[in-house]
Amino acid sequence: MNKMKTLLNGILKENPVLVLLLGTCPTLAVTADAKSALGMGAAAFFVLVGSNLVISLLRNIIPDKVRIPSYIVIIAGFVTIVEMLMHAFFPSIYEALGVFLSLIVVNCIILGRAEMFASKNKVVESIIDGVGMGIGFLFALLAMAVIREVFGAGSFFGMEIPFLKDYCFPILTSAPGGFFVFGLLIAAVNKFSTRKPKKEFGCEGCPSAATCGKTKCEKEAE
Amino acid sequence: MDMLKNLIIIMMTSVLVNNYVLTKFLGICPFLGVSKKTNQAVGMGIAVTFVMLLATAVTWPIQEYVLNAFGLEYLQTIVFILVIAALVQLVEMFLKKSIPALHASLGIYLPLITTNCAVLGVCKNNITDEFGFVESLVSSLGAGLGFLLAMVLFAGVRSRIESSKPPKSFEGVPITLTAAAIVALSFLGFGGIIENLFA
Repeated sequence: MNKMKTLLNGILKENPVLVLLLGTCPTLAVTADAKSALGMGAAAFFVLVGSNLVISLLRNIIPDKVRIPSYIVIIAGFVTIVEMLMHAFFPSIYEALGVFLSLIVVNCIILGRAEMFASKNKVVESIIDGVGMGIGFLFALLAMAVIREVFGAGSFFGMEIPFLKDYCFPILTSAPGGFFVFGLLIAAVNKFSTRKPKKEFGCEGCPSAATCGKTKCEKEAE
Repeated sequence: MDMLKNLIIIMMTSVLVNNYVLTKFLGICPFLGVSKKTNQAVGMGIAVTFVMLLATAVTWPIQEYVLNAFGLEYLQTIVFILVIAALVQLVEMFLKKSIPALHASLGIYLPLITTNCAVLGVCKNNITDEFGFVESLVSSLGAGLGFLLAMVLFAGVRSRIESSKPPKSFEGVPITLTAAAIVALSFLGFGGIIENLFA
């Protein structure tokens, strides 16, 4: 029962993108079409599950002081594996994702889950958390990408949609459209969900918050 | 002369046309998180510019003389992120010891920059675009200045949002993103500037 809760937590209640507001860079950058969003979601899913597994296994061995660098090395290792696999088997998606594939290393969702969950929980729970968060990220990316592709390019996974093809808004597939659709999605979550997204982008989701001392950030702000 | 022209083009491209935040979507977290006040936005922008320059100055030679020379290109991601993390730590220690005043104003932003994707992104893009050492430095400087410009502009826009009242479900993050969309829209206008720069 508890495991089911952990799984659903990542998909709905604490959706990393739409509720926790983490990983905004890839969310905006790779969602111009559904195919690259799917590729990105799958790659991040693999890295998330893999790093959660390994970090949870090593949680009693890694010294507390060097934990962030250790996590980064583990995550970077998985990212390199994904990069090589994508390059070999899905070259077109590899090209489309470009630099963002290797930037999974600095995706705050993955470091955040390592710091907040995998470093404190048992292996099975950590894997389930990784799966849940990975699916949540994938869903959010797909939702963004489908809206942007259908209304911005008049197609769905590359297939043309007869009427919309001639009456689309190309601006949605460019940079400003990304910000706008993301804003609309969060406003929709605000409106219809009981669990509200955070009011502001803040330090607490950021994995380096522990190192920099969030309190210091806030003191400075005052 | 041609060399200088080339460098100016690279600079203008990375500041205005391919602005890292507004068109390439790199470094969105600090862009949205630290842009509430103009002075904070300036501090973060300067810190990012500085780290970008430094990171490029270190990672470019590593790529050229270590990774390429020994056929280890696949280690690029791991090596770069470690180098950047170590570098940021060193800079912070150095500033704390020798220039405490600067550390007090920029220091708090430094650890945040380790996981800033714009820094890793600019280092990797310089390699992908096959820039030379000087070109890479200029492009990083441009990326940093572009980040600073976007931060300061957006901080100005946000201070106006503070005093206005959007619809209930748009309060907070959604209205911030909508404002960012409009700022990004204005940067689309720079699209043709490079082709006609020396025409």
